[in-house]
Amino acid sequence: MGRDRTDFSSGKNVSVEYKIKGTLMFSLLQKIIISIISVIALTLSANAKIEFDITRGNVEPLPIAIMDFQGDKVAQDISAVIANNLRNSGLFKVTDKAAFIQKTLEVGGRPKFEDWRVLNVQALANGAVTSLGGGRLRVDFRLWDVFASNEVFPGERLEIEAKLWRRAAHIISDKIYEGLTGEKGYFDTRIVFVDESGPKNKRVKRLAIMDQDGANVRTLTRGSDLVLTPRFSPTRQEITYMSFEGGQPRVYLLQIETGQREVVGNFPGMTFSPRFSPNGQKIVMSLQQDGNANIYSMDLSSRNTTRLTSGAAIDTAPSYSPDGSRIVFESDRGGRQQLYVMNASGGQPNRISFGNGRYSTPVWSPRGDLIAFTKQTGGKFLIGVMKPDGSGERILAEGFHNEGPTWAPNGRVLMFFRETPGAQGGPRLYSIDLTGRNERRIKTPSFASDPAWSPLLD
Amino acid sequence: MLAATSILKSPAFLALAVGLAVAGCAKKEKLPDNSGQLGLNNNNLGGANAPGSPGEFTTQIGDRVFFETDSSILTPTARSTLTRQAQWLLRYPNYPITIEGHADERGTREYNLALGARRAAATRDFLSSQGVPRNRIRTISFGKERPVAVCNDISCWSQNRRARTALTTPQG
Repeated sequence: MGRDRTDFSSGKNVSVEYKIKGTLMFSLLQKIIISIISVIALTLSANAKIEFDITRGNVEPLPIAIMDFQGDKVAQDISAVIANNLRNSGLFKVTDKAAFIQKTLEVGGRPKFEDWRVLNVQALANGAVTSLGGGRLRVDFRLWDVFASNEVFPGERLEIEAKLWRRAAHIISDKIYEGLTGEKGYFDTRIVFVDESGPKNKRVKRLAIMDQDGANVRTLTRGSDLVLTPRFSPTRQEITYMSFEGGQPRVYLLQIETGQREVVGNFPGMTFSPRFSPNGQKIVMSLQQDGNANIYSMDLSSRNTTRLTSGAAIDTAPSYSPDGSRIVFESDRGGRQQLYVMNASGGQPNRISFGNGRYSTPVWSPRGDLIAFTKQTGGKFLIGVMKPDGSGERILAEGFHNEGPTWAPNGRVLMFFRETPGAQGGPRLYSIDLTGRNERRIKTPSFASDPAWSPLLD
Repeated sequence: MLAATSILKSPAFLALAVGLAVAGCAKKEKLPDNSGQLGLNNNNLGGANAPGSPGEFTTQIGDRVFFETDSSILTPTARSTLTRQAQWLLRYPNYPITIEGHADERGTREYNLALGARRAAATRDFLSSQGVPRNRIRTISFGKERPVAVCNDISCWSQNRRARTALTTPQG
């Protein structure tokens, strides 16, 4: 792609720099041809693995069938959540159950592959749910390569508290996603966000958390204090965020399970825009002093703080590279908001954004290969990505107001908020594939902003 | 904005508008957040706008100044308002004040927090230069979180790019 700085406004049919290795079910015919052509290809087909690029322009979603897991109602519910996850990823076409020829399959049995081949189903999942008593469930599941007539991986079993049945479905979805694409999944994750209610000039904002698919929403703060920009710890069930509690806007740390809160550091001014380091040991944030905002990091165990930027500018929205060695942030030191990269210990930053407009809220991809950002140009707010050296800028979403991207832990999907204009307008959450395709609204109980994606749960 | 209608009719507003006789934007500078509660149509000396009262500060002096897009530079109109604020605050020295800096919605959240703080700081520095003791002044930024006008055009956004001088409970 070179160092092209052009905006690709559609975001469509644009190749993405890296490829995703995956497993594709060969058709029988393809396998025969390849086995004739070369020994190497024969070896590949024996593993039923090829490299296929699911990030190029018009990828056909992989046809997959999810049979209802055997068992009582929760078994069907688990199957439905799996099907929904895979469908929403945009990478899979989930075959309608009504079309199935083989209606049931014991978890210990083998599918009638010919019944699935005629439907052009390439992958097939089945399973069974058993109640173990004591409020626990056992879930067995299998994933089949229909055209290779074998299992993608040996059947797996997991045991989980019955009330966590949705997690079982997400974990299985991740196994299927990884088995078929070669990429880690992102379904067993949560989103922390700001729930917004009330009129625009008196908005009540609460921290809230939900599963990645919008289920299990619960609020974490009462709404008496303005709260903004929650971010997940990469290693613990913790959130850092900004609160106006007591009329003093500062960065806080919140334990999700216990509700325990603490102020981060003892700074002589407003602290804001916090984010964890990749190992969860530090929080990097902005400190406002007079008209200037500078970036500081604080070690959470020693409580030592380090000033990372200085000067008469607004330096904010810091985000670490996944190896922890560098920080990308926005600064108006050059006159208006642009993106800069510096060493994690501070020092002279390099400007990386040079397009027309203002660049802000940079977030480093968990893969390390891209930085997502908000861009303001022509009266619009866009979501885009660029490489850490500033090349290869692509716009994924545009419109009146899109802001604040966050990455799924596999670096494949982004979430952001989109605000509608006017007195009745407000923000809602959207996810979009890195290709700019498969934009989806995430349903929330009311207006929602400032999403942050968790790492994969343990 | 509903509040605008009632203020435009108020004698206090008319007096100010004639007195200032400046550009149209001066009108908007006289729109208080809490006009309804302050009984703006009552301009009696013994009422809510009595000399030395918060009502007088809000309606006669003007409790807020406005900024250009992405700017914290005080306009001539803003400096004139702040000069009056400083004179009033020096005459009535019992009120500590909090300067609230705000930004419009056409910016990103983190930057707007800093921009609001910058506007509050510029306002504080001007009042301080006019003799208001710095230890009487507290600043806070609300970024884009507390708009006063919620329509979707430039006239509303310009009302939201503001710094408001809020009187807090008198001491002593």
